[in-house]
Amino acid sequence: MADTAVRPAPAAGTTQTASRGRPGRRKEAVAGYVFLSPWLLGLFGITLLPMLYSLYLSFTDYDLLQDPEWVGLENYERMFTGDPQFWNAVVATVLFAVTSVPLKLAVALGVALLLYRNRRGVGLYRSLYYVPSLLGGSVAIAIVWQTLFGGQGAINEVLAVFGIPTRAWINDPSFALGTLVVLAAWQFGAPMVIFLAGLKQIPAEMFEAAALDGAGRFKQFWHVTLPLLSPVLFFNVVLETIAGFQGFTAAFVISGGTGGPADSTLLYTVYLYLRGFGDFQMGYASAMAWVFLIVLGIITAIVFRSGSLWVHYADEGDR
Amino acid sequence: MATTTVAPVATAAAAPGPVGNNRRWYEGATAHVVLIALLLVALYPIVYMIGTSFKAPDEILNNVNVLPRRFSPQNYAEGWIGIPGVTFGTFFLNSAVVAAGVVIGNVVACSLAAFAFARLKFPLRGFWFAIMIGTLLLPHHVLIVPQYVLFNSLEWINTPLPLIVPKFLATEAFFVFLMVQFMRGIPRSLDEAAEIDGCGPYRRFLFVVLPLTKPALVTTAVFSFIWTWNDFFTQLVYLNDLDAYTVPIGLRLFLDSSGQNAIAPMFAMSVLSLVPVFLFFLVFQRLIVDGINTSGIKG
Repeated sequence: MADTAVRPAPAAGTTQTASRGRPGRRKEAVAGYVFLSPWLLGLFGITLLPMLYSLYLSFTDYDLLQDPEWVGLENYERMFTGDPQFWNAVVATVLFAVTSVPLKLAVALGVALLLYRNRRGVGLYRSLYYVPSLLGGSVAIAIVWQTLFGGQGAINEVLAVFGIPTRAWINDPSFALGTLVVLAAWQFGAPMVIFLAGLKQIPAEMFEAAALDGAGRFKQFWHVTLPLLSPVLFFNVVLETIAGFQGFTAAFVISGGTGGPADSTLLYTVYLYLRGFGDFQMGYASAMAWVFLIVLGIITAIVFRSGSLWVHYADEGDR
Repeated sequence: MATTTVAPVATAAAAPGPVGNNRRWYEGATAHVVLIALLLVALYPIVYMIGTSFKAPDEILNNVNVLPRRFSPQNYAEGWIGIPGVTFGTFFLNSAVVAAGVVIGNVVACSLAAFAFARLKFPLRGFWFAIMIGTLLLPHHVLIVPQYVLFNSLEWINTPLPLIVPKFLATEAFFVFLMVQFMRGIPRSLDEAAEIDGCGPYRRFLFVVLPLTKPALVTTAVFSFIWTWNDFFTQLVYLNDLDAYTVPIGLRLFLDSSGQNAIAPMFAMSVLSLVPVFLFFLVFQRLIVDGINTSGIKG
């Protein structure tokens, strides 16, 4: 109502009161679709139709050279019952996600808490800690990692000081994935910056009140910081979980494009790439992609659902 | 009261001055020590990469120090021509073309879509907006196979087109969302004033909203550049021809073909490959780090 009252008549031909009259509204609707047209074209041409096509391909045998051949559920059957490598990929991916995401977020939160309490130099620290996040996803850093954790790598020299036996970490099936987890956690700068922004939102009086009530540092963290920070934590959990399941570059580069040793770094995306673009089993890769989409959707839904159990919004409940 | 009980007893007892102040000083100092130690660990791989890239061949094996005894730039010359038949100059040029195309595509296409969502009323707007948000979470690995089939049939493989053209169709929903949020913050009264002056939607977009969206446009451009420059997956899929290789693909080939024999030249090219991203970071530091604060961008 206020809207129409304030808005004056657009062009000649319409009356004062009917400012949002037909010609204007239609013109705006047309303009809306004109502005939206590139996006609509992309949505259908590059997203939705290809998705449907990939659903179709998932029921076929297709190698790009011959026409797709309908095979029914064969790809899915093979995936779940006849392909141990698929399950190796699932195990590696789940292991990677459930270790790297909590570790990365814990480091991010820890450093954010340290930074938050010590305002001096925050800007500089923040920028410097962010650098690994900026560069960490690149092939260059993956190459460095491969060298660092290789047999002759610098990590061994450091560990030798503490008496830890040296080994070629990236060639050992029990440790190769661990090096990827460390690489992921190393990029804690991005969630840290988000935590810092969230911490700044917590009013200082909350801590003062808690301190007056006799709450120590730990209690303050548990009963004040964590609940008030939970929406930001939730945001980070969602982002990092989705990213965690989609890691590719480091696993691919460090393992020399194999997911080895012994499939220990065969992340789902790496396996999908190998099937689809290594041996051009486009049908099988499509089936893998759809399973991935559905499982990721379920995981995202679970994370969102779980949010209502532990995310505390300031404007509800006790405030 | 609470503060004294928390403070470590030893320092509190040894404190010459007021307990509270001393505790604060002590804690501040410890925190800085921890922060600096952690920073050294965090930046070690980068320093190691840069240091190694300047080491002479004999130092690679003998000098366990992070930094070389003397800086020898020869690794850079060696690495530049490290792959037979092509130089890294080609890779850099290809990467620059792709990155420039993606930046322009994202800025133009996403701002058009965002203006429609944020400022215009049209049927089904809410529906399309919900779909746009839905595509935000869509993993791009799911689309890579059918998109490859599509671009292959258009004979776009080994050209930058599969990497650039989709961006001109606003497929990067994240930036659309970013700009919608930003445009919603621009006062409506400005549009309305322009409307009184007889501006239609097109001129309102060009002359009123777009200039005021500049911060979001710059954010989009900067992140588009960084993400594209570092991107590996899509470039690996679409570029199979040496002459079409971008920097990350070239680096990977270098790794596979020379392995551990050419660590220093490989590190030299790794350093070079990160220089453009790092320069962007230096220039747009505030925007990159704060942009994440305000909009939740992930780097």
